[in-house]
Amino acid sequence: MTARIPIVDYLVIDDGEPYLVAHEAVGSGALTFTRRNADPVSGEPGFVPRRLATTGTVRAFTVVHRDAPGVEVPYASVVVALDGGGVVRGRLVGTSRHPRNVATIERVRLTTFVAGVDDHGTEAIAFAFEPDAAGVAVAGGGDGDG
Amino acid sequence: MADAVWLVGVDMTPFGRFPDRDLLDLGSAAALGALSDAGLSIHDVDVLAAGNVFQAASGVGQRLLQQIGQTGIPVFNVVNACATGATALRTAIMAIRAGEAEVALAVGMEQMGKAGLLPTSLDPGWTPGTFTPAGRDGSVMDTGGVLGAAQMPAVFATAGLEYAFRHGGVHFAQFAKVAEKNHAHSTLNPLAQYRKRFTYDEIWAAPMIAFPNNALMCAPTGDGAAAVVVVSGERLASLSDEQRRRAVKISASVLTSDPWSDAGEALPDFNTLTRNAAVAAYEEAGVTPADLDLVELHDCFATAELLHYDNLMLCAPGEAGRFIDEGHPWRDGTLPVNVSGGLLSKGHPVAATGIAGIYEVATHLRGEAGDRQIPGATVGLAHVLGLGSSCGVHILERGAP
Repeated sequence: MTARIPIVDYLVIDDGEPYLVAHEAVGSGALTFTRRNADPVSGEPGFVPRRLATTGTVRAFTVVHRDAPGVEVPYASVVVALDGGGVVRGRLVGTSRHPRNVATIERVRLTTFVAGVDDHGTEAIAFAFEPDAAGVAVAGGGDGDG
Repeated sequence: MADAVWLVGVDMTPFGRFPDRDLLDLGSAAALGALSDAGLSIHDVDVLAAGNVFQAASGVGQRLLQQIGQTGIPVFNVVNACATGATALRTAIMAIRAGEAEVALAVGMEQMGKAGLLPTSLDPGWTPGTFTPAGRDGSVMDTGGVLGAAQMPAVFATAGLEYAFRHGGVHFAQFAKVAEKNHAHSTLNPLAQYRKRFTYDEIWAAPMIAFPNNALMCAPTGDGAAAVVVVSGERLASLSDEQRRRAVKISASVLTSDPWSDAGEALPDFNTLTRNAAVAAYEEAGVTPADLDLVELHDCFATAELLHYDNLMLCAPGEAGRFIDEGHPWRDGTLPVNVSGGLLSKGHPVAATGIAGIYEVATHLRGEAGDRQIPGATVGLAHVLGLGSSCGVHILERGAP
């Protein structure tokens, strides 16, 4: 069986359905994906892990046509407000990348893909989002070239 | 309230690409130009604040003094991303307000050449031989582009479309109109990196970088420097009538960083720290947006300019699309924005940008802006935003005591 490792430590892939886990500040309830030394709101120490929902709502997007060498383009990138808390950025997959289409995608769900393989054959598993239901038209992407 | 600080000298080099000059040539030209403009010499300067990003670990301020006069004054080398120049000026102003200096020199200088996309990752696309979790997110490889868009044009594109999601009347067309305006404005600025006017259709057809930001909606990288000499009110009183006549009052100097935002790790919040800085600056200066005659704001991308119409309260909340549609920020509009051509066409040598905005506003307030002069300008605002994030807002007013 191919060895797998999550691309970041806040993606959990080892016990069934993949999901994201955030650091929840004990004081304010702020959710962060990067490790922090104190609550960004209160300044007090203390965090607990919190499992996040795998569905959410698109808050914003872009469609990238030029990126760093080695990054395959074009791709759509979305900022997603997960149901119940946590805001995360990821690729939007499983649908047309044209802005007219992406702008209609409101509800999304988490999915995963293989982002790379190291010299030992271990796969790095990344997360992305795919449409979860029929889209709802929103402003912002109705014109222009994608 | 602290005593006022006064701008008495300012200068900038042309922005562009100058492979035959180095960083210190550029910084020296701007610094000596500002001192000459002030009618002062390096021997009058009590403190230097030197801004630079890409050679920041090399003691740029001391190296600059080796070129223009090693007088032994204290040097503060500052770096704050795209807000570096404004931070240098803020440092100089604080030194005067603290009573540590009567005359301060602030310089922003950068040599970038054609840098292309500025990555937010130090090693984009890198994949190690053995996956090993590292860093504060336990990543095993570079995540730029893998976990969504991380390059500057895309980050600011996303921020622009977030605004469009929240407010009506903003589509690709409104961002294109921002670029159309700033490229047109730059044709009157002899110091701009590019001085070519583009039609709306040409802007529409430009190669896409990160929707909606296309190639004509992204600021070019380049080389350049800008410098400003500021003095205390007491020192100003000792200067000649002509120096006092041309003095510009710095009515507000504000620097902010980004407060906590629940989405900040996914998309930096460029809005809150800018709005916080603007509110503080208007209060400090005792003016309102309606008092402004011109604004130089941080249009690193066309999407950014539109956001900042709202953040700086140049329009009603949510009305940035209408603001550009109705032509208000054009040089003949009700509130000219980026009459220099903005970063989109004047250029964006990162550390020089903040002081170049001060140069533009001060030059109009002095009535010395030539063909691009905004007639009768008496109050202006200069804004910059550095990803990370830092925001600098300065409000300047014409008139000596």
